Amino acid sequence: MNMKSMLVYLVAGWSGYYVMAVELLGGRALSPFFGTGIYVWGAIIALFMLALSIGYLIGGQFSTHQPSLRKLSLLLGLATLTSLPCATFSTPILEKVFEMVPDPRYGALLASFLLFFLPITISGTISPYAIRLLTHGLGDSGQVAGKVFFISTFGSTAGTLLTSFYLVLLFELNQIIHGMLAISFAIAVIGVIAGGQKSEPSHGA
Amino acid sequence: MAPRAWFLLVLILTGLTAHPARAKVIVEEKSLYRNVLVYEENGLRCMKFGKHDNGRQACIALDNPEAIVFNSPKMQLGALYLNPSPRNALIIGLGGGIVTVALQKMYPDIQIDNVEIDPAVVRVSQQFFNFTPSKNTHIYTDDGRVFVKQALKRTLRYDIIFLDAFDHLSVPEHMTTREYLLELKELLAPGGVMAANTFSSGQLHAAESATYADVFGPYYNLQVHNRVILTRLGGLPGMDEVRRNAGRMKERLEQLSIDTNWLLSLFSTEVAWPERTRLLTDQYSPSNLLNGRPLERTP
Repeated sequence: MNMKSMLVYLVAGWSGYYVMAVELLGGRALSPFFGTGIYVWGAIIALFMLALSIGYLIGGQFSTHQPSLRKLSLLLGLATLTSLPCATFSTPILEKVFEMVPDPRYGALLASFLLFFLPITISGTISPYAIRLLTHGLGDSGQVAGKVFFISTFGSTAGTLLTSFYLVLLFELNQIIHGMLAISFAIAVIGVIAGGQKSEPSHGA
Repeated sequence: MAPRAWFLLVLILTGLTAHPARAKVIVEEKSLYRNVLVYEENGLRCMKFGKHDNGRQACIALDNPEAIVFNSPKMQLGALYLNPSPRNALIIGLGGGIVTVALQKMYPDIQIDNVEIDPAVVRVSQQFFNFTPSKNTHIYTDDGRVFVKQALKRTLRYDIIFLDAFDHLSVPEHMTTREYLLELKELLAPGGVMAANTFSSGQLHAAESATYADVFGPYYNLQVHNRVILTRLGGLPGMDEVRRNAGRMKERLEQLSIDTNWLLSLFSTEVAWPERTRLLTDQYSPSNLLNGRPLERTP
């Protein structure tokens, strides 16, 4: 496996980690305003599922236009950038939603939408895009898809366990999010540099 | 297998199945949050959350339903030694409605807002635990933190707040934080009293102690198996005042089987925690992970 392929897998795996860690921490961020009832988790999970599903669709479509590691890395960078409101102004956003929406179910749903819809939709584009970059032809498409799903879901498993078992014991919520954004940004920069040229052949990833 | 091993095996198996053999299950109600089980045993009717809950959420004596059986509601009512004339109260966590019923009995005109997240607990308390809300008692099926935020918006204020939302199995982490305690403090009327019933141990006990002290300053710590933290806005009364109020409350509390001397003997301001204990905040509140975790030894 060449370095570019490894970087594509790294982006897919890290994105899986990031999505689940943000989902867990999102529950923690919403709880002071909307509680921890089943409806809060229902709102968060529904929003993440919706965002991911739209992201898969967009990512698949986007991958048909001169796919490259550089563009994949830019997607990760964009997901990082759109996470900034969640990392920096989540409290005023949550306060505003709490003021505007008295029913905590719809409050939790609206807050999840405002904080997470963009970054998670963009994170959702990464897996189909990565599959396209790694696929050499029809014959290996299923195998590549299987590997990307494996890496991405394994990343999600790590993100879930590390965050809920250990990181919350050591760090504050914002410290964890800021740390993840730094890692996302670093991987995106490495990917853009390694991606080199603006466009590259799909087989060269 | 040696006879002793057989004996141990039988002991373990009977221990595992002890509940159905000895206790009579009255009802088991499924809810969104847990299974609420009501059973009778040794003259008591009790509520617990699921068959494997080795504690009890509430109990009443079948032959005297008005007597308070458990230590924790008795200890919470120690709040009346800090303010013996409450006009209203907020009770977060219903249990069997034990504290609510006691307050209704002692203060017929008291206004009570009772918040309970689980509608099944409300139903079971009304059907099986002698809990009849008076015309001045309102029950809200809501999260205890969300209710408090909304109450602040409505500028409500309470003479006593009972926070009884924790048990030995789980701690709602968003209700352990400094920010939440500040919200509760803001919700107290001048001279208002806060009573928190918790089941913390190890690192959570230390973090909880430090967080309450940071928000409320000094407090009385009543510790048996559970702990009850009692504090008052505008300054903690000294033991002289507590004893005077205990004298005023003696007759009414003894009608509920609360022994004044026993309750007074629990009042203590001696609580210690390691110097570098981290406060629980909305940013850092792994309360369930900290509960029971041994304190780190200082070198």
